[in-house]
Amino acid sequence: MARLTINGKAVNVDVDPNTPLLWVIREQVGLTGTKYGCGVAQCGACTVHMNGEALRSCAMPVSAAEGKKITTIEGLANKGLLTKVQKAWIEHDVPQCGYCQSGMIMAVSALLKEKPKPTDADIDAAITNICRCGTFQQVREAIHAAAKA
Amino acid sequence: MKIATPKITRRQFIINSAAVGGGLALGLRLPYGGPTVVRAADGSPEIGAWVVIRPDETVVVRIARSEMGQGSLTGLAQMVAEELECDWKRVTTEYPTPATNVARKRVWGDYGTGGSRGIRTSENYVRKGGAAARMMLVQAAADQWKVPVSECSAANGVVTHGPSKKKLSYGKLAEAAAKLDVPKDIPLKDPKDWKIIGKPLKRLDTADKVTGKQMYSADMKLPGMLSAAIKGAPVFGAKVVSFDQSKISAMKGVKKVMVVRNTAVAVVADTWWQAKTALDALPIVWEEGPNNKVSSESIAKMLDEGLSAEQAFVHNQNGDSKAALASAAKKIEAVYTYPYQNHACMEPMNATALYTADRCQVWTGTQNGEAALAATAEASGLPVDKCDVHKMLLGGGFGRKGMSDYVTQAVVIAKEMPGTPVKLLWSREEDMAQGRYHPVMHAKLTAGLDNAGNISGMHIRLSGQSILAAVRPEALDKGKDPFAFQGFWPTGEHSLEYTIPNLLIDHAMRNTHVPPGFWRGVNINQNAIFLECFIDELAQAAGQDPLAFRRKMMDKHPKSLAVLNAVAEKGGWGKPLAAGRHLGLAHFRSFGSYVAACAEISVKDGNKVKIHKIVAATDTGYAVNPAQIERQISGSFVYGLSAVFDQECTVKDGKIEQTNFHDYNSMRIAQMPKVESIVMPSGGFWGGVGEPTICVAAPAVLNAFARATGKRIRSFPLKNHGITLV
Repeated sequence: MARLTINGKAVNVDVDPNTPLLWVIREQVGLTGTKYGCGVAQCGACTVHMNGEALRSCAMPVSAAEGKKITTIEGLANKGLLTKVQKAWIEHDVPQCGYCQSGMIMAVSALLKEKPKPTDADIDAAITNICRCGTFQQVREAIHAAAKA
Repeated sequence: MKIATPKITRRQFIINSAAVGGGLALGLRLPYGGPTVVRAADGSPEIGAWVVIRPDETVVVRIARSEMGQGSLTGLAQMVAEELECDWKRVTTEYPTPATNVARKRVWGDYGTGGSRGIRTSENYVRKGGAAARMMLVQAAADQWKVPVSECSAANGVVTHGPSKKKLSYGKLAEAAAKLDVPKDIPLKDPKDWKIIGKPLKRLDTADKVTGKQMYSADMKLPGMLSAAIKGAPVFGAKVVSFDQSKISAMKGVKKVMVVRNTAVAVVADTWWQAKTALDALPIVWEEGPNNKVSSESIAKMLDEGLSAEQAFVHNQNGDSKAALASAAKKIEAVYTYPYQNHACMEPMNATALYTADRCQVWTGTQNGEAALAATAEASGLPVDKCDVHKMLLGGGFGRKGMSDYVTQAVVIAKEMPGTPVKLLWSREEDMAQGRYHPVMHAKLTAGLDNAGNISGMHIRLSGQSILAAVRPEALDKGKDPFAFQGFWPTGEHSLEYTIPNLLIDHAMRNTHVPPGFWRGVNINQNAIFLECFIDELAQAAGQDPLAFRRKMMDKHPKSLAVLNAVAEKGGWGKPLAAGRHLGLAHFRSFGSYVAACAEISVKDGNKVKIHKIVAATDTGYAVNPAQIERQISGSFVYGLSAVFDQECTVKDGKIEQTNFHDYNSMRIAQMPKVESIVMPSGGFWGGVGEPTICVAAPAVLNAFARATGKRIRSFPLKNHGITLV
């Protein structure tokens, strides 16, 4: 039994403690906005926040998440009110297929918390998510727009 | 308009609706409305097959082609809305299922979404669908007012009677309009009157993608659903001999272990993680056959032999290239090679299937709904009218999801467990091992230059794999694969955009056991590198400027010349550059569109390439949504540059060696150049968008690299030469 706090709610799941957090979020908790892309912390599609920091959940056992505050893409908006990152994503028409964008938005949200006005170099260093559609140009524009909002 | 309705139980109907957010079970004859009205699942009437109008004025546009990020869904809706004269803010979309299309005699046309065809090959009937609905709505208003239809006009979802100024909204007219016959003679607007087509509108499908709400088929949930993981034969063509189920049968959640079509083993469990964990622990014995001796080296040897083989398929020929090359003042020859590459869609292959004795349903992301339906029928053993495929948004497709192998697998598995929905999801490792790979190709290019530095003759010999021979052999032209020659055709949508005398372009087909497949752009990726890099080599040998050298051969190719000139001018060709900066050019034609790029790079330590900027131009004829075209340009560059710098699938002992993104890398934001797009539609034709531009970034960068370093790279990816993109 693992006790988790996900998007502010306490959740108890009966699962092998080695199960990656990603799969507990998707299969036991039923929140599917967090995506599987590689399973080896390469692509970032599974990015969530753990105690406010970006984390690739596919390579982290659920046991390591006990007692930590986990936020997923579904928990980003507050009572339906989108964050400035989500709004910038809509305003700049960022997503193409959209599959990587949950992770991208979570990574960017963590970056902006740490560096509210990131430079291009800050973005290059912090945002290493893979997007096969190639939305990077719009991602960069939207990050700067969100920083100004 | 009577429609054949597939038999559907109430439970299945609820599952359909719940799974896709409601309203998608099309063509159900619900017990209200007039005798000729066809209704959507929520009871709203169809005004012709393409448009449903709800009482609240929402306009539902039917979309047959698949959305996988390329934006066709929005572009197609724009075309219907343009002719419908509705309020764009009230437009929403839905996919009619492939089985509904079959039952309704393919009223929505082709479902295939590949070859950059989504918009360009459906624009006419889609626009007519919108126009027909508008005509029916206007007619309905005229009938109600008892006035001539010629006195009525439609705009923004409202019909107005000119003389009396009476108005009726589409929502109020829909029921009456739906009872009218669909007109036969449907005039379309003159493009100069377009108000919605040609506008840089935002996509219709963004909101749910930023909140996690958007459902992909990998996110599918059904009551009682189990999950499956699968491992296909690592050596292509190998068979399953045995597996030791006792090693995993006690593992938590495991429900079933089975052979799938003799070529794969699947584990079904309560959750996917349990299924994958058990599958990883399952010993499997394969009968590998002779293919286990094939390697990248043995394939390269076979292709190199093809470069000088007697027999080859000729696709473009004029004059006498052999004689011209023999008598040339100067002869230049170069051999280029291009590797296998995987699609690596972010969402791995997956499908959910529910099989019962008399029905089989599939939920999946597919680029070819009707092929997925055919695969469902074949694998379930049920007739097509007992099957259906519920299309879901694709987490990337790039050609891979035009194949239905994963649909077949899901149905085969579900058939073993009647009444239980099973979601099959591939691991990334499975996706890397079981691709339908960008084919491997070598090329020998030989050209003669005369004393004035003009090309006097040229021979391009391709040697490598044919996609059609593997996936659509019936489409071969007396054994020849025309798609191997994309960008080299004498005429047509993939035409060569130079006038070259004494030309011969031929292909020695060399197929291997590695399954090839369509890929973004497919053969234009290597063909543009082969030709456009070689043209720069020839310009250098002739001591001429690469732009001027190209222009000499483009008098008869004004559209290509226009895009080339546009990028040269905006890219600063011939003007002073910042210290250490170098430019490279490329242009190509494919899928009907004319594209060009000018790359500006610098190179550090001889091998660290920074692409500062790429100016790109495309002439797509008509440009339905320039904002989305710009996104396709910069996005295609990410796909194309990832491929040329970092991506190669190598073969060892008959298997693909790469397993995940750590050894099959993809570009990150830090490596992204600034892309300045010039969308310059010249009108009069419909060219493709998603693919054509992919092929010009790589040769433009390679030409700039050669100018920067003096080194001409002819085999790919560049990582094999120690060259990295920074």
